[in-house]
Amino acid sequence: MTVALDAVGVTLDGRAVLEGVTLEVVPGEVLALVGPNGAGKSTLLAVLSGERRPDAGTATLDGRALHEYAPLELARRRAVLTQDNAVTFPFRVRDVVEMGRSPWARTPELADDERALAVASSQADVTHLLDRRFTDLSGGERARVSLARVLAQSTGIVLLDEPTAALDLRHQEDVLSIARELASAGRAVVIVLHDLSLAGAVADRVGLLSAGRLVALGPPSEVLTASALGEVYGVEVEVISRDGTLLVVPTRGRSRRG
Amino acid sequence: MTRRALVWAGVGVVLVAGVLISAIVGQLAVTPAEVGGSLLRALGIPNAFAPTDPVVESTLWVVRFPRIAMAIVVGAALAAAGAVMQAIFGNPLAEPGVVGVSSGAALGAATAIVLGLAAFGDGLVAALAFVGGLLATMLVYLVSRANGRTEVVTLLLTGIAVIAVAGAGLAFVLFSASSANREQIIFWQLGSLGGSLWREVLVVAVVAVPGIVVATALGRRYDVLALGERNARHLGIDVERLRIVSVVVVALLTGVAVAFVGIIAFVGLVVPHLIRMLLGPSHRQLIVASALGGAVLMVFADLLARTLVAGAELPIGLLTSLVGGPFFFYLLWRQRRRAGGWA
Repeated sequence: MTVALDAVGVTLDGRAVLEGVTLEVVPGEVLALVGPNGAGKSTLLAVLSGERRPDAGTATLDGRALHEYAPLELARRRAVLTQDNAVTFPFRVRDVVEMGRSPWARTPELADDERALAVASSQADVTHLLDRRFTDLSGGERARVSLARVLAQSTGIVLLDEPTAALDLRHQEDVLSIARELASAGRAVVIVLHDLSLAGAVADRVGLLSAGRLVALGPPSEVLTASALGEVYGVEVEVISRDGTLLVVPTRGRSRRG
Repeated sequence: MTRRALVWAGVGVVLVAGVLISAIVGQLAVTPAEVGGSLLRALGIPNAFAPTDPVVESTLWVVRFPRIAMAIVVGAALAAAGAVMQAIFGNPLAEPGVVGVSSGAALGAATAIVLGLAAFGDGLVAALAFVGGLLATMLVYLVSRANGRTEVVTLLLTGIAVIAVAGAGLAFVLFSASSANREQIIFWQLGSLGGSLWREVLVVAVVAVPGIVVATALGRRYDVLALGERNARHLGIDVERLRIVSVVVVALLTGVAVAFVGIIAFVGLVVPHLIRMLLGPSHRQLIVASALGGAVLMVFADLLARTLVAGAELPIGLLTSLVGGPFFFYLLWRQRRRAGGWA
C-alpha cells in the first residue's frame, strides 16, 4: 500500500499552509516529518490520512484519489494517532483499545480480534491498565492507550502525530521500536516528531518542512545537517554522529563565546 | 456479569411493581387480585379473581391502564432520546428539555392545537411536534458544535436562545388562541399523563419502538464517537450521516412523547446518567437500559403526581423538574470542578 502526494498544496483562510509537496509513503519504511511549529506537519499528516483534501495537486492511495475512498475503506487501510486523546464517557481501557477493531466488524478479520488486542496492548505497555477507566489515567497513559488502539486497527499504513510528546524516556524508546517493528513487518509508518535526535534514530527517511514546503527529503544523515537545521529552525545546532546514530544539540551560546 | 444481571432484574422488578401499584392506587380502590384477574381475562384466560363490577373493569381499562402504558412509552422515548443526544453532542449534559428540543416540539404541538388540526387525528399533532422538535435539534446542533464536541457553555447558551425563541412563538400562539385552546395549551406545557387514550398510546409506541431500536443498532458507533469526531472518522465512521440520522431519531422520540403529554423535562438527563454509573457507558446497553429506566421513572412520577395531593393532580412536568433541576445543577458543579472551568 502506497500513498503518493504530487505537488500538494493546502490553503487555509487565503494562507498557503502547504505548497508543492511531493512525497511517497512506501511499505517497509519509517518516514519522519520534522520542522518548526506551524511548518505544516499536521496538515501534511491530515492530507496523507485522507482527512484533508488538498486544494492543489493530487493525493492517491494505490493509484486512487484518497477522497474517493469511503471512511470505512480508509479505516481498513490506514490508522491515525491524533493528538486528541480525550474520551467523552468513562470507558474502560479495554473498550477503548477494542474500538480500534471496529472497522473490522462483520469481516473475517474479526476472528483476529483477541490476538490483535493482546499484541497491541502489550506493545504499548497498557496490558496492566485494561480494567481501569480511561478518564482516570495520566496523560502519558492515555497517549499509550490511544497508541494501542491505533495498533489494534492492524492497517498497512500507520500515521503517528507526535506519539512521544507525553511519554517518559522508556516509553519514548518503546514507541521508536514499535515503529521499527511495524516497518520491518512491511507496514508504512509516518511519524511526526519534534525531537530531531529521535527522528534521526528511528527514520529511514526524514522530511524536513519549513513554512509549508518540503525543503529536504532523504536519509537522516543527509537531511539532518547543522546548516539545514540552523536555517529552518533559526537556531545554531551541532549534529553529532555516535555509532551511526545522530544527536542534534543546540549550541546554546558556545559558538558565540567562541 | 452478575452485577449487570442484577441491575436488569432490579429495573424489571421495580417496573412491574410500579405498574401494579399504579393500577391499584386511586380514587377507586382496586385489589391486586382484581388487577391480575382482569389482565388474565384480557389474555383469554377465565379466572375467579377477575373483577365482577363493571366500574372496576372500566376504571382499569379506560383510565388506569392506558395512563400506565403512556407513562412507559413516554418515559422510554425521552430517556433514550437523552442518551442519543449525549452521544452525538459528546456531552453528558445534553438533554432534549435543556437544549430546547422539547420547547420546539411544544410550539409545534400548540400550533396544531390552535389551528384545530387535532380534529383531523392525533397523528397531525404528533407530526407538528416532530417538525418543531426537528427544527430545534438541527438549530442547536448546527450552532453549538465545535470540533465534534460541544462545550457546556455553548450548549446551554444555545438552549437558552432556542427556548426563548420557542417561548415567544408559544406566547404568540397562546395570544391568538381561544380560551378553551389556551387552557389546553397551558395545562399541556406543565405536562400531564391524565386522560391518556389507547389510540394516543399506540401513536407514541409506533414511533418510539422503532426509534429506540434504531438508536440501539447505532450503539457501537456512538461508542467510537466518544473518541472525538476526528478519531471516529479515522476509524471509518461516517460521522455526518450518523449525526443526521441521530438528530432525526432524537426529534422523533421527543416530538411524539411531547405531543400527547406535554413538556416533561430532565428524564433524558437523570436516567442515562444513573444507568452509566450502574452499567458503564457502552451505548447499546445504555440506550436499552435507559429506555427501561425512563419507563420506571415515569410510572412512579405519575403515581406521585396523582396521589401526592388528595383530590387534585400535580403536573408531572413539575415533579420531574423538581428532581431534575437540582440534579442538573449538581452535574454542572461536578463537571466544572473537574474541568476547572465551564469547558
